[in-house]
Order: sequence, then C-alpha cells, then structure tokens
Amino acid sequence: MLLSIKDLRFHYPGDSKVVLDIPQWCLSAGEQVFLHGPSGAGKSTFLKLLAGLLVPSGGGITMLGQPLQALRSGQRDKWRARHIGFVFQQFNLVPYLSGRDNIRLAAHFGGKGDVDAAATALLTSLGLDEKLHRKPAAELSIGQQQRVAIARALINQPELLIVDEPTSALDAKNRDLFMALLGEQLAENNTALIFVSHDLSLSNGMSRVESLQDINQAGRVN
Amino acid sequence: MFLRLALASLRSRKGSVLLTFLAITVSVFVLLGVEQIRQQAKSSFNNTVSGIDLIVGARTGDINLLLYSVFRLGHASNNISWQSYQHIAADPNVAWTIPVALGDSHKGYRVMGTTADYFNHFRFGQNRPLVLAEGKPFSQLYELVLGSEVARSLGYQIGDELVLAHGLGSTSFSQHKDKPFRVAGILQATGTPVDQTLHVSLQAIEAIHSGWQNGVKIPGADHGHDEEDLTPESITAFMVGLKSKLATFRLQRQINTYDSEALQAILPGVTLSQLWQMMSAMENTLRLIAALVLLASLLGLAAMLLASIKERQGEIAVMRAIGAPPLFVFALIQAEALLISLGGILVANLLLISCITVAGNVLAERYSLFIDGKLLTPQLAFYMGVIIVSTLLVSVIPGISAYRKASG
Repeated sequence: MLLSIKDLRFHYPGDSKVVLDIPQWCLSAGEQVFLHGPSGAGKSTFLKLLAGLLVPSGGGITMLGQPLQALRSGQRDKWRARHIGFVFQQFNLVPYLSGRDNIRLAAHFGGKGDVDAAATALLTSLGLDEKLHRKPAAELSIGQQQRVAIARALINQPELLIVDEPTSALDAKNRDLFMALLGEQLAENNTALIFVSHDLSLSNGMSRVESLQDINQAGRVN
Repeated sequence: MFLRLALASLRSRKGSVLLTFLAITVSVFVLLGVEQIRQQAKSSFNNTVSGIDLIVGARTGDINLLLYSVFRLGHASNNISWQSYQHIAADPNVAWTIPVALGDSHKGYRVMGTTADYFNHFRFGQNRPLVLAEGKPFSQLYELVLGSEVARSLGYQIGDELVLAHGLGSTSFSQHKDKPFRVAGILQATGTPVDQTLHVSLQAIEAIHSGWQNGVKIPGADHGHDEEDLTPESITAFMVGLKSKLATFRLQRQINTYDSEALQAILPGVTLSQLWQMMSAMENTLRLIAALVLLASLLGLAAMLLASIKERQGEIAVMRAIGAPPLFVFALIQAEALLISLGGILVANLLLISCITVAGNVLAERYSLFIDGKLLTPQLAFYMGVIIVSTLLVSVIPGISAYRKASG
C-alpha cells in the first residue's frame, strides 16, 4: 500500500469548522485516481495534507509505511521533495530560472546529485527542443511550461504524482499532448497518480474515478 | 544552486535592483570616503612634527604655542630672550635646538628665521627629514629657502629675488625693500606648514630689522652690517631635541619653572592630539551623517525586497511544493540583500581607489596633501563588516515576510 488514510480530520487553526473528515482512503503503488468535486469541497486542503504542507488535526496519513504527522516540519519538506511530485494549474516553475535549472532545483531538494543528463533526456522526451531548456521559464508558452513541470515533478522519481487542474490553462491540442506525455511517463516509472479536475473527459484510462464529496464526510448532514 | 538562484532572481528584477545597488554604492562610497579623509587628515595632522621632544616659547596656552610655532597660525604672546634660549640650549640633556623667529611675511606666507640646524634636525611624518628639491640651504645673509607651496604658487625659482614684508598681512605697507633676498633652495613638499614657509637665517631677520624701532622704519638709521653683531636679542620659540627621552619631563618642568623669564615647554605630540580632540565634534558629525546616509539606503534595500515579496508569492509556493523549507526562502531573501550590498561595497571601493589615484596627485600637487592609497585599514574593514551585518539585519524584515508566506 502506497498511501493509507485513517480517520483523517482537519480544521484550520482558530476555526472550529471541520473541512475534511475522511474515515478511510487508500492508494496502491502505480494506481491512478481521478478525483473530482465542486469548488470548496476541500480539494486543495486535501492535497496540502497529502503533501505535508498541512498537518492533520486528527487521525493520520501513512505513506510508504511512514506516518506523515510523525515527521517534523523540516523532515516533511524533505519527504515531499523526495517522494511526491506536483503539477498545478499554472505557476509551476520559478519564472526567472531556465527549465533545466528548475529541474536542478527540485533535484537539489530531493537530494539528487548531478541531474543534467537526466534533465535533458526528460525534457527532450517531453518534446522540448534543447534550445528551450536554457530559456527562463517565464519566456516559455504555457504548454511548454506544463511539460517542464512534468519533468520537474518526476526528476526525483517520486512514488506519487499529484496534478491539480494541470490542463485548464491549455488549449485542446496542448491538453491532449500533455495527457499523452503524462501517461507515458507514469507508465515508465510506475508512479501513482492523483489527478484532480472538473473535466471528467480526462478520466479515460484512470484506474479509479472518485468524487471528494463521497470520501469526505465533513459538512454532511447525518 | 542557491547562489545561482539568488543571482537569477536579482537579474530578473534588474531595474529596481540596479537602483538599490547604486544607492548603496553611493552611500558606502560616502562612508568610506569620509572615513578615509578623516584618517588621512588625522595622520597628516599628527605627523606635522616628529622627532622633536619639546617646543619652548613664552608662557601662553599649550595649543597657542603649538599653533604659532608649528602651524604658523596666530601670534606669539611674547618673545623669549636670547639669554634664556642659550641657557636652556646649554643644558647637558639637550642634543640640539632649532630657534624660530617669526613676525615677517611675504605675500601672505610667513617668514621664519632659524639656523641650519632646522634642515638637519626637523622631522615630520614618520621621522622624515626635510629634503631640498633644488638648491642648497641659505649660506649668505640675504638668502632664503622656500617651502614647496610658496615656490609653486608664487612661481619662484632658484636665484629669484624677493622682498620680505614687515608684519603678517599680504598687503603690508612696510616692506624691507632695501634688502632683497635671493632664493637659495626650494624644499620638497611635506604636506605640513613647512610648505608655506620662507626660511631665512636668524641673522637675516636681525639684519632687515636693523634701523627699525618699534616696528617702524627710521629713515637714515640704517647702517651696514658688515661689522655689526647680528646676534638676535630675542626669538619667538625654539624646538628641542634631547639626548635621552627620559629627561623630557624633568627638562619640561625646569623650563616651566624657569626663574628669570616666564617660559613654557610643550610636548608636541601630546598637544597635537589635544588640538585634534577639539575637532572631534566635527569628525563625529561627518561620521554620523555618513552612517545615516548608509542607513537610509539599507532601508531602501529592505523596502525594495519587501515590495517584491508580493509578486514572488507564486515562486515561493513552487519552492515549497518542491520541498524547500521556509528557512530556505528566508535565506534566499537575505542572500539577495547581501549580494546587492557586497556588490555596492566592492564598486564603492573601486570608485574610492580610482578617486584617490586621480585626485591624490592633484591634492599632493596643489595642496601638499598626501593621501596614501592604503584602503584596507582595520578601521575600514571594520566598517565594511558593520555594513554587511546591518544589511543582514534590515533584510530580516522582508525575510520574515517571505518566511510567513512560505509557512502559511
């Protein structure tokens, strides 16, 4: 089991309203979950908890046998760098660094050494011309940026990749390209995926399709 | 990677970074420049005389005696008699003396009557002797030796003839026209009041005043000097070199309690530093202004970085997502501040060095002010340390703002 959640409860400090209440939820290695739900269902809070950016108010998240809440904040940062990759809707990159340096920075936090060759190979396999590797991220198109973001998210070979509305800023052609490249990379590395989106048409080929509302008991009238 | 990140971040905000950098460069330049000038002024001041153990004059204030005997400023309250001078000069502890007779001038520059011992024993700076750039010391009665500035600004050369004026104004009406002097030698620049002095022999001072009474020329009263005794009746002051420094205080006390005349002896080094102390308020004001200018520019740096934090929210979120701890973000802001500040210090130093190199020649030539290019004095290194620490302190403000963004 890659990830297991037990009796997870969360409310923001100073606010008694429970945002998340997940009695049980699991993810196996290499599994791909499509997660959907309306705005305000607690999606981004859920992702932040998985990433260790927030700490549960009760219960716990265990990943690769390690209870995340037992880690100190510095250790959680390291854990995230090493085991979890992220791709957001946009602003995935440090704008003034080149694509290659963005990847290097991620590798730096993941404790990898020299990743130049791996970065170049990864970017090239994602269809980015070599001369684009050195361009500051801010000068790349959104489609190119999202592809660099995949490379950056995968450079440390994380066990889990979390993508949050990664295609909503892309046109249809770039969206399809993105999905195809993402699929290829995941299959190669046997990386588990949590894919959050409104767009159910993207759920093709995913092993599970779930609504956060079904998982999250918070705010439900019993 | 960290440094690369900080540099790339600065490069991405060229405009505001460059302006802040310039502000810091200018203020560091001002601070170091003021400090440099202060130190140079102080050392050149303290080096006005050296190797002289005592200066003796008529009883007056310590500083007044120093001012008129060494700096040629102000007036002697009284003269001292030749007998008293001879008496003290004969003391077994005294190695040599330099008599000083003041009171005449030439176009605003003061004339000093003395003996050849002046060229042998007077020292300035780090025990540097007086050196003649041209010619030789006075040997004839109506010969004189010019300070370098006198020669330069009045355009005199060896062999030129000039007339001394009675009194100290540059437009004195009574001149010793009947006794023109010939330039025998010109001294090298020293950066001390020596440069602004015309040196003649004591006998010459006596000779040009013969036939004068009470400071007024009596027509017809002058007669030749060939057979006349030109031993002066009095001199203004004299400098003393001792055989042993141990005798300094004893002799000083002896002179101060000398029975037949009210005399005073000062230790030039002690009195020089007393005089400098009087100027310390000015010094401190300059330093304070320079420090405040620097503080203003450092606050500007903090303000620039703080304003940038808002636009950097996205980038901070990315760093957090890929595993950067909040402390990393804090350190990044500090590093950026430090880079700007270090760059400013570096360029300010280069600027200062080039200014000193360029202006140094001009200052030495025009004002006999010597600035040695010694930049990394412990004092200046200390100042740079303070600038760096202050940079780190003020950039805690934007740093904390970034840290909060990263943890929230």
